[in-house]
Amino acid sequence: MKELTDLTTREASSLLQRGVISSMELTKASLEIIERLEPSIHAFITLTTELALKQARAADLRLKQARQDKSIPLPPLLGIPIVVKDVLCLKGIRCTAGSRILDNFTAPYTASAVQQLLDAGVVILGKTNTDEFAMGSSTENSGFGATKNPWDINRVPGGSSGGSAAAVCARYASLGLGSDTGGSIRQPASFCGLTGLKVTYGRISRYGLIAYGSSLDTVGALARNADDLFLAFKGMAGYDPMDATSSAEPLGDLNLNEQIDIKGLRIGIPKEYFIAGVQAEVNQAVRAAITLLESQGAVVNEVSLPHTAEALPVYYLIAPAEASANLARFDGVRFGLRATQTSMIEMYKQTRGHGFGSEVKRRIMLGTYALSAGYYDAYYGQAQKVRTLIKRDFDAAFQAVDVIAAPVAPSTAFLFGEHTNDPLAMYLEDVFTLPANLAGIPGLAFPTGFDQNNLPIGMQLMGAPYSEGLLLKTCHAYQQMTEHHLKKPALSTLLSTR
Amino acid sequence: MSTQYTPVIGLEVHAELLTRTKMFCACPVVDTAITKPNTSICPVCSGMPGALPVINRQAVELGLRVALALNSNIAPFSLFARKNYYYPDLPKGYQISQYEYPLALGGALTVTTSSGAETIQLRRIHLEEDTGKLTHASDNQGKYSLVDLNRAGIALLEIVTEPVLHSLESVRAYSTGLRAILKYIKASSGDMEKGAMRFEANISMMKVNDLELGKRVEIKNLNSFRAMEKAIQYEIDRQTRILDQGGLVDQETVGWDDTNGRTISQRSKEEAHDYRYFPEPDLPPLIVEESWIDSIRLSLPELPLAKKMRFISTFELNDYHAALLCIDPDVADYFEQVVQCKAPVSPQQIANWITGDVFAYCNQRELSILEIPITPTVLSYIIDQVENGKISRANGRQVLIEAMSSGNRPEQLIQEHGYGILEDEAALTTMVNNLITQAASEAKAYRSGKVSLLEWFVGQAMQQTHGKADPNHLRELIRKTLDKQVTNNQ
Repeated sequence: MKELTDLTTREASSLLQRGVISSMELTKASLEIIERLEPSIHAFITLTTELALKQARAADLRLKQARQDKSIPLPPLLGIPIVVKDVLCLKGIRCTAGSRILDNFTAPYTASAVQQLLDAGVVILGKTNTDEFAMGSSTENSGFGATKNPWDINRVPGGSSGGSAAAVCARYASLGLGSDTGGSIRQPASFCGLTGLKVTYGRISRYGLIAYGSSLDTVGALARNADDLFLAFKGMAGYDPMDATSSAEPLGDLNLNEQIDIKGLRIGIPKEYFIAGVQAEVNQAVRAAITLLESQGAVVNEVSLPHTAEALPVYYLIAPAEASANLARFDGVRFGLRATQTSMIEMYKQTRGHGFGSEVKRRIMLGTYALSAGYYDAYYGQAQKVRTLIKRDFDAAFQAVDVIAAPVAPSTAFLFGEHTNDPLAMYLEDVFTLPANLAGIPGLAFPTGFDQNNLPIGMQLMGAPYSEGLLLKTCHAYQQMTEHHLKKPALSTLLSTR
Repeated sequence: MSTQYTPVIGLEVHAELLTRTKMFCACPVVDTAITKPNTSICPVCSGMPGALPVINRQAVELGLRVALALNSNIAPFSLFARKNYYYPDLPKGYQISQYEYPLALGGALTVTTSSGAETIQLRRIHLEEDTGKLTHASDNQGKYSLVDLNRAGIALLEIVTEPVLHSLESVRAYSTGLRAILKYIKASSGDMEKGAMRFEANISMMKVNDLELGKRVEIKNLNSFRAMEKAIQYEIDRQTRILDQGGLVDQETVGWDDTNGRTISQRSKEEAHDYRYFPEPDLPPLIVEESWIDSIRLSLPELPLAKKMRFISTFELNDYHAALLCIDPDVADYFEQVVQCKAPVSPQQIANWITGDVFAYCNQRELSILEIPITPTVLSYIIDQVENGKISRANGRQVLIEAMSSGNRPEQLIQEHGYGILEDEAALTTMVNNLITQAASEAKAYRSGKVSLLEWFVGQAMQQTHGKADPNHLRELIRKTLDKQVTNNQ
């Protein structure tokens, strides 16, 4: 048999339900590999070992009862260890959003998406690293140190969900929860050779997700293949009365286990995404993947998304504007860091001055400026108008094609420090992922090859709103024909010497 | 004193809506004056990371009721926005309020002032959430502030007039009229003691026969009619004095210092907050369907003005008493119940008793009409006793007060005090004869033309009957007896 930590979610689920393995064994295997690799990887901000063991015991009890009484339902995620990005609240557990301002903050409630998974019986191993308040593309902006990419620990895992990506990549767990506001699931999935899903805006409740850009934020997951991702998606999706922007759109009938026929699937190639500045190997790998799908009967056509170039400036007005208000609550009054000062104004200044990192401050200032009297129309107002045009580009494209295929990021994983002195270069990392957030549509990233440094290359499929099923099916079909998603980094070289 | 300026006043009224739960979460609305601090809070209203607001449908419905009652145009599409500023009583660092697209636009309230009917035009009506409450304190460590978030997130309705009020009388008429409507439609308790209704006024002085408005001063923290009137009068005087001296009024925001009876500058135009309003991304647009408006319209009760007109036409009340009765819907209902008791008394007599003795009693003890233990039937009985000469007016009022404070039956009270009128004609006649015999000199004076002494005799007789006799009846009896003795003597 495979190593327990190499099992996919689906495989582990099957073994758990048949009683071949226990959740406790699975969890302990995870905790053991975490103990060995974590000093090299640093995927976690907070490990929840005791909670995990308790949940594993409870899951084993449920599994045992269900085996005796067939009327007890067995959710596929029952007993599966997962990791959770530290922007999702879990009651009684520290939640930092990667920020020192929340170093001592214990979440008083559980995020709806996480609660749904807890109800299904998952085991939570810990809270994973993230760029501070999910602002970044490398986890270098974390207030708790950067996470290393298991494929090459001199390189970033991507971000902001870099902790979850590294954890799944390093076999800590088969599923990791993330959030995607401008590419924060897809880009780290790409950098770590994983399959990552950014859902339609509103598809999964945001209640309990520490907000960054509220109109762009989505909760999603990273896994090693589309099938596992589908289980996580199904476990979290759905209307939540606590989130007024969540959707009741039905999931549709999905079954990834059967052979999927992609004959006649219309794939669009947006010319604006195949441009100079993209690493040649990335371009080639993505084109090769499209050709493979075409050989299986998919119909490939070029499409145009004319406002693609505007996505970056639009995003960097809207997201910081929303963030400037979302982060106002971190004022030292009710929770988190509080500077000891005699005057109220000084307390605010010192708390926020010390608690926030430089990228967060930069975006708060950008957003505050964009919303200021006299500038609102020129910046925030104008950005909203262009956002509508970007959305219309996609609406028009999806009249002609079913999915749009493109690279996830211009390059494979970059070296630490490569972009830290140049915020604009870092922002360009998200140039292919931002448009889906602005349009509110789903995007799925998955590996389609490796570059000369043996670093994973990612491709993304984007679809019309609520087409997650189609994206997952298409990816699943691709993964049945290829083995990129099965490649594993050489973890043994990372073992810490104890 | 200058007469060349007219005050131009606009009012913003914040009314706490009578919802079961807060504006954007499921926390129960509690009486913040008596509830332990921070016990009715949750992640949403305490601004915890990751929490999201959800619109309270009951708050929207109450807002729509007010909009309909004030003939305001309900927007089929309205939006919530974030109003950004830092203060410890504002947990999220922004207040969710309606800004660019309010719940309703326009509307009017017609009120009566000494110069007749006046229609006050409204600008807008919108929904928002209340802030928490700060208590400033100090100990030997120094000064500190306590934050109570029980009030944070309670639904508020803001009703804004155009700058169309020109006198304190109009301000008073508008605010009492608006309060009456809020209470009628059960949108707000209007209880100012508990801060359920709060005011902000903006005041400028306009040169008579000029179209240009002067510089606007906004007064905040007005928590009672009295404070509002005093503050507005203070501002009118202050601005007039400045203008008379050839000075210029600064555009600023001031606070009302009730203790010292003056306004205090809070911030100038230059220091005005930039609230950086933008649409609240956590809430979808508020869509109000026509069918919802229709069903709310059908459920609206009779409003104060309509009720007053009906009281005048149906019960032949005078305008003054009809208006007084209609300020509070509970009082108006009570009045109608007394009328329905069908005692042989007129509705105007009932109105006089309610707005007189009953109001005086309630005001003195700060009670509402629903809190006094006297049923409409009992009040009707007492009025009948007095107005139809069965007990004296003075004793009737005494019975009413005792009935209101003890809840005892008036029949029993009348008997206990022996307030029943002496109706034994023979006894009365004997008493009058004896009185006239004993007061021979007064009787003589009367007979020789000093007729004003008749009232002296009545007074004496009333004393002897301990106020139990009907003075009108006695007066007649004494006059006849005196006159008869004159005839006999002749």
